[in-house]
Amino acid sequence: MSMDATRDWAFGGDQLLYQKCRACHRIAYFHRNFCSACGDASPIILQSRGEGWVYARTLIQRAPSDEFRAIVPYCIVLVDIAEGFRVMGHAVPSLVIGDAVKCTITTVVGRPLPFFSALATASSSEDPHVT
Amino acid sequence: MSWVIGSGLTPYGRHDGCSTLDLMTQATDLALADAGLARGDIDGLICGYSTTLPHLMLSTVFAEHYGLHPRYAHAMQLGGATGFGLVMLAHLLVASGAAKRILVVGAENRMTGQSRDSAIQVLAQVGHPVYEVPLGATIPAYYGLVASRYMHEFGSTEVDFAELAVAMRRHAELHEGAQFRNPISVDDVLASRSIAAPLKMLDCCPVSDGGCAFVISAEPRGPCPVQITGAAQHHNAQHVSVLASLTNVGAGICAAQALDAAGRTLADVEHAAIYDSFTITLTILLEEIGLAPRGRAGTLAREGHFDRDGAMPLNMHGGLLSYGHCGVGGAMAHLAETHRQMTGRAGMRQARRAGVALLHGDGGVLSSHVSLVMEST
Repeated sequence: MSMDATRDWAFGGDQLLYQKCRACHRIAYFHRNFCSACGDASPIILQSRGEGWVYARTLIQRAPSDEFRAIVPYCIVLVDIAEGFRVMGHAVPSLVIGDAVKCTITTVVGRPLPFFSALATASSSEDPHVT
Repeated sequence: MSWVIGSGLTPYGRHDGCSTLDLMTQATDLALADAGLARGDIDGLICGYSTTLPHLMLSTVFAEHYGLHPRYAHAMQLGGATGFGLVMLAHLLVASGAAKRILVVGAENRMTGQSRDSAIQVLAQVGHPVYEVPLGATIPAYYGLVASRYMHEFGSTEVDFAELAVAMRRHAELHEGAQFRNPISVDDVLASRSIAAPLKMLDCCPVSDGGCAFVISAEPRGPCPVQITGAAQHHNAQHVSVLASLTNVGAGICAAQALDAAGRTLADVEHAAIYDSFTITLTILLEEIGLAPRGRAGTLAREGHFDRDGAMPLNMHGGLLSYGHCGVGGAMAHLAETHRQMTGRAGMRQARRAGVALLHGDGGVLSSHVSLVMEST
C-alpha cells in the first residue's frame, strides 16, 4: 500500500519513508515521482521499519550556525537500513560503526529528523557490511 | 594536443580589500607575463565561480573588466573539481579549434569576503537540501563520515592522517606564498581542536583569499610550455548518502583513463599533484589511484616518500592543507606548482625528476573527479 509522501520526515511528517519501483524494483530514499533507474513514473512509497546498521559516524564540534551551536557536540551517522537504502541522521554519540540501530523521527532544533539509537535486540542482528 | 604555456599564482591567505575580480586580475597578470603574452593574444576565456561574487555570467564579467574579447567564454561550476575541469575543457577546446590561446582563471576572496559561518554554510550546500543540509551537516562532517568508514575498512589511523598534514606543511615552509608555513608535528595535529571527529582543525584545509590562472595553447610557444597529454572525468552520485561506497569513489578509474589517454601507466608517473581538502581526501585519492597501498599513505608520508627527494614528490607547494584553498583556485595552485616543477623553476622546492605528472581533483564529497596527465617537452 503506497504511503502519502507528505508523511515523510523530510516533508514535516513523522515517518521514515522510501520508494520502490514497480517495474524494476529499485529502492530509493530521496523522494522523486519517477524511478531514476528505469524511468517508471509510479514508484510505490513505503514505510520503513527504521532498523539498520551504522555505516559511518562523525561527531560535530564546529556547527554551521547558532541554532546547531546550541547542541554541540552532535553525532551524525549514515545508516544502512534493512530495506536497502542509506539514511543520514542524528544519533546517540556512543554508537560505533556496525552497531544495530533503530530510527525514531525526533524533533531537533525545531525540525523533525531521523534519530538513531541502539536497537534493543542487537544480539540477533548482523551487519552485512562488517569487513 | 594542448600546452600550458604560462601560469600565475598569487599568495594564498588574507588579501584584505581585494575582490574576486581583483584577485582574478592579479592571477591573470602573472599568467600572461609568464607566457610572454598580452591581453590581445587571448582568444578564449574559461573561469570558475566565486561564492562571494555569484553572477550568472562571471566569464564575460571578467572579460569586460580585464579587457578581453574572447571568441569563446564559459564559466564552470564543478565544486573542487572545477580547476582541473577548466583545464580539461581548455585542452578539448584548443584541440577543436574553437580557440588558440585560452585564459583559465579562478580566484575568490573567500576568506575576507564573507563571515566564517557564511563560508561554511555556502559550502555545506553541496549536501542534499532536504535530506542532509537540514541536519546541521557541514563539509567537514561529510568528510568525517568518510574518514570513519575508511578507518574501519582499511585500518588507517588519526596518526596516519596527521602525517599527511605534516608533510604538506613541510612543503609549504619552502613557498613564500603559502598561507601556513610554521612547522607542525603529528602531535600538533592530534592536539588541534576537533571539528567533525575524527577530523581535527589541522586535518582540514583553511579558507583563503587568492587566485590562479593559466594560458592553455594549441601550440608549445613561449619559454615554458608543458604538454597536457591526457584528461578524464568520472562522476559519482552527488550526495554522500547516495554514494554506493565511501572507499571506492571513482578516482582510480578516472586516473587510469587519463593515463590511458596519454599512453602512460602509473609506473611512468614521476610527480603527483592530488587534491587535499582534508587529510582523508588525500588519503583516499592517493590510495585509490594507486600512488600508495591501502592504509599506507600516512606511513609513506612519514618516510619521506612524498617529499622533494622522495620517490613521488607530491603537492610541493603545500597543497590545500597549507598553501591554502580559495575555491576554484585551490586545485589550480597544484597545477601552477606542477608547471613550475616541470619547467625547472621551483627553486628550493625543485624535485629531481618531473617529466610525467599526474594531477587529480575532486568536487563535492568525492562526487566529481578530474584527472590530468602533463609531460615536459
